[in-house]
Amino acid sequence: MLDFIVSFTLTLLVLLMVINLGGLLLWVERKGSAVLQDRIGANRAAIFGKLPFNLGFINTLVADPIKLITKEDFIPPGADRLLHTLAPILALLPILITFLVIPFGDVLIIGGRTIPLQAASLNVGLLYILAMVSLGVYGVVLGGWASNNRWALLGGIRGSAQMISYEIAMGLSLIGVVLSFGTLDLQDIARAQGELWGGIIPAWGIFLQPVAFFIFLTAGIAESKRNPFDLPEAESELISGYFTEYSGMKQATFMLVDFVEVVVVAALVSTLFFGGWQVPFLGREGFQFPGGVSLGLPSLLVSLLQVGAFTLKVVFFCWLQIMIRWTLPRFRYDQLIHLGWKILLPVALVNVMATALVILLVQ
Amino acid sequence: MDPITFFALAVPLILVAGLVVLHPNPVYSALFLVLTLFLLAVYYLFLEAHMVAVLQIIVYAGAVMVLFLFVIMLLNLQTDPQPPLRRGLSRVALGGGAVLIIELCVLLGRVPSEATAELPEGFGTVAALSERLFTDFLIPFEVTSVLLLVAVVGAVVLAQRQA
Repeated sequence: MLDFIVSFTLTLLVLLMVINLGGLLLWVERKGSAVLQDRIGANRAAIFGKLPFNLGFINTLVADPIKLITKEDFIPPGADRLLHTLAPILALLPILITFLVIPFGDVLIIGGRTIPLQAASLNVGLLYILAMVSLGVYGVVLGGWASNNRWALLGGIRGSAQMISYEIAMGLSLIGVVLSFGTLDLQDIARAQGELWGGIIPAWGIFLQPVAFFIFLTAGIAESKRNPFDLPEAESELISGYFTEYSGMKQATFMLVDFVEVVVVAALVSTLFFGGWQVPFLGREGFQFPGGVSLGLPSLLVSLLQVGAFTLKVVFFCWLQIMIRWTLPRFRYDQLIHLGWKILLPVALVNVMATALVILLVQ
Repeated sequence: MDPITFFALAVPLILVAGLVVLHPNPVYSALFLVLTLFLLAVYYLFLEAHMVAVLQIIVYAGAVMVLFLFVIMLLNLQTDPQPPLRRGLSRVALGGGAVLIIELCVLLGRVPSEATAELPEGFGTVAALSERLFTDFLIPFEVTSVLLLVAVVGAVVLAQRQA
């Protein structure tokens, strides 16, 4: 029974963390884009605006959802009513449960119980993530088709073609990572990155697989359909792409999917290439600096530091993605396909071959 | 797998698989096929074959079926008002189905009535499956990959000719 409560709490915690971070990113994006473009931005809702310190973000955080919930839920005539309603759910579900296999800490030791800080430990962890990412296409495709709108259909078709193309580069870049660490379990991958080379450099994935990192990040941004890869919803060409005909909470769900995808990509990048929850020189017992200096810490504090480090890394990569989104212009569609199939795919293949060769020679 | 789990999965699976054939709208048919493949993956999960389950979702539900849907949408097939079935075609289909059922019955007859063997350590994990794949089944595995390569090259050649 206690085991059930623990795993239930962990799962709930992870889902709430992801949804909340996704919702928060909506505000970060509105305000962040304003900062990047030298505007003030998102300052209309100002209930607490007269306070001595700026609490404006709370207004936007509350005002946006209220506005979205109270809007009319519109289904266009001629649309497929069932699939039109089902599409946002089908888009959200796979990407939400992707997060369950991502470890956000090593273990938490409370009262003699050892709780692994990962909602679900799967032997096939990385493959599970690829499977869920590949299921995410259905929301886009069905949303585009069920709307009975040619722009929505075009957006859906663009989206599915793009996601299938970049899935391949993404999978191949992950093969390099898997070859380096010799496991598909994300917790094992995170643990392996706790070692030190020469006692100084942490053995993070970015040093082992720099090429894979860039391919994965690019493919990840393309998978989440955000600028510079936001052709499925390209506003200047397709109104709003596959969710043109969506309003109210259904449209909000599609937006939330976007942001949850950002969070998932950020979490994967930090786990695979930046040590996950590892803090450099921090072991189970405390800090062990090179040169023999050490600092003992209680186990609970170590766990908290690890979770904190993971959160910081995730937030950093979320911000990086938002910066990329508001810095780069949109690709043309042929450029997008060209990049995916003729640049990323061959580079990823060469990376896999080179990694395999090096591992063969070293052994 | 205990009987309750088995039937809780088997009944919906067969219903959904039936709907693939019976539903008049091709898009819904394709979606029911996705659901069928997904439920099959759940089956594999309960049979401790985690790797096979995940591969089933990646390859079939995630890639093959998306292309199916893609084609159906581009062709813009609408709900057909029951196209007249061609006599010969339906006879062939009936014959093929009958052969398949007989084959299934023969194969089921060969299954030992009680599976008592314990699962070996690490059954269904990536390591165990890969080891079998790269030792006992190496030649079929490589031949299949060559076959897929041929298909890819063929697709490129056909696309080039069009352009």
